[in-house]
Amino acid sequence: MTAQVKLEKKVLSENDRLAADIRQQLKQYGVVALNFVSSPGSGKTSLLERTLSALKDELNIGLIAGDVQTENDANRLRQAGGRMVQPLVTGGACHLDAKMITRVLPEFDLRRLDLLIIENVGNLVCPSSYDLGEDMKVVLISTTEGDDKPLKYPGMFRRSSVMVINKIDLLGTSDFDLERVKANARQINADLKIFEVSCRTGEGLESWYEWLRSLVGNNHQK
Amino acid sequence: MHELSIAQSILNTVLQEKTSRQLPHILKIVVHIGALSDVVPDALKFGFDAIKQDTALAETELHIEIIPVSGHCKACGNDFDVQNFVFTCPHCQSGQIQMVRGDELHIAYLEVEETPSTGTDSS
Ligand SMILES: Nc1nc2c(ncn2[C@@H]2O[C@H](COP(=O)(O)OP(=O)(O)OP(=O)(O)O)[C@@H](O)[C@H]2O)c(=O)[nH]1
Ligand SMILES: [Mg+2]
Ligand SMILES: [Zn+2]
Repeated sequence: MTAQVKLEKKVLSENDRLAADIRQQLKQYGVVALNFVSSPGSGKTSLLERTLSALKDELNIGLIAGDVQTENDANRLRQAGGRMVQPLVTGGACHLDAKMITRVLPEFDLRRLDLLIIENVGNLVCPSSYDLGEDMKVVLISTTEGDDKPLKYPGMFRRSSVMVINKIDLLGTSDFDLERVKANARQINADLKIFEVSCRTGEGLESWYEWLRSLVGNNHQK
Repeated sequence: MHELSIAQSILNTVLQEKTSRQLPHILKIVVHIGALSDVVPDALKFGFDAIKQDTALAETELHIEIIPVSGHCKACGNDFDVQNFVFTCPHCQSGQIQMVRGDELHIAYLEVEETPSTGTDSS
């Protein structure tokens, strides 16, 4: 004889609880938080370097640089002018989780921050399940990847609010089709805000900066 | 490969429930995995079977049910099954779709050996 015991419990309820605490804290201090996700090498750190160089005197940007083994990305961000940069080495884990963020968050003076950007580990699958307390996920895809990537990783594209298509300076060197990648992404998530940029040439970045400014501006008005 | 961390969370949660509710031998853990949850069922099962050894759940089977994606159209109110992750309403073509199911990562229920004192629902 067997009996059923109902549980109906979220597997990641502990992570979700910590993420809710983080979100509450950031909200209290008026900090907007973005979680950057992509495949390895799409250009997360490059976009952050560009963003820091352009906006560091205008906005107080805190950065958490997730990496499996090294602090290389954190060092690059400091060189690009980042004053508040925390490396977060996962020691093998393929994603960041809320507990790791809870550990490094006290290193920031939240009263002084406008924007907190978390660079997740380069991986389009594992980070998707873990809420870090961010306001939005920003997914990057580069023109050297397949334009069917949104279809292959629908979970991440569905959970993201913004898609940045990077390396548009390399368009035409492969069969990557800009219109097709946008159509593929919008089929999964019609509300995606889309930017087309090159971190090499700087093309398209102005509208990305403008969007960040308005994001912070709107948040301060609240 | 975050399935190992997911497996660990399941194991810890169920061990805690077993202690706090004083459950008898647990035969089966039934989890609901949404088709859009980014968890690979085989990897999760493999991970769970690896870490359950030497715990009170060493004999417990992890049973995974895949929950297909379904949506609700915010424009016309239509409820439908989302095929191939195309979030477009088949009735009015709107893309304003709220995901109703397919995102879950839940421990649904446990199957335990029945003893008169556990106060559970018989099946
Ligand atoms: N041509 C071109 N190369 C770029 C562009 N953006 C970045 N790169 C190059 O792409 C490579 C990877 O860029 P990163 O910024 O390190 O990528 P990432 O996403 O941070 O990588 P991980 O942190 O390892 O996942 C580097 O060699 C960059 O110089 C671009 O717009 N155009
Ligand atoms: Mg990087
Ligand atoms: Zn409709």
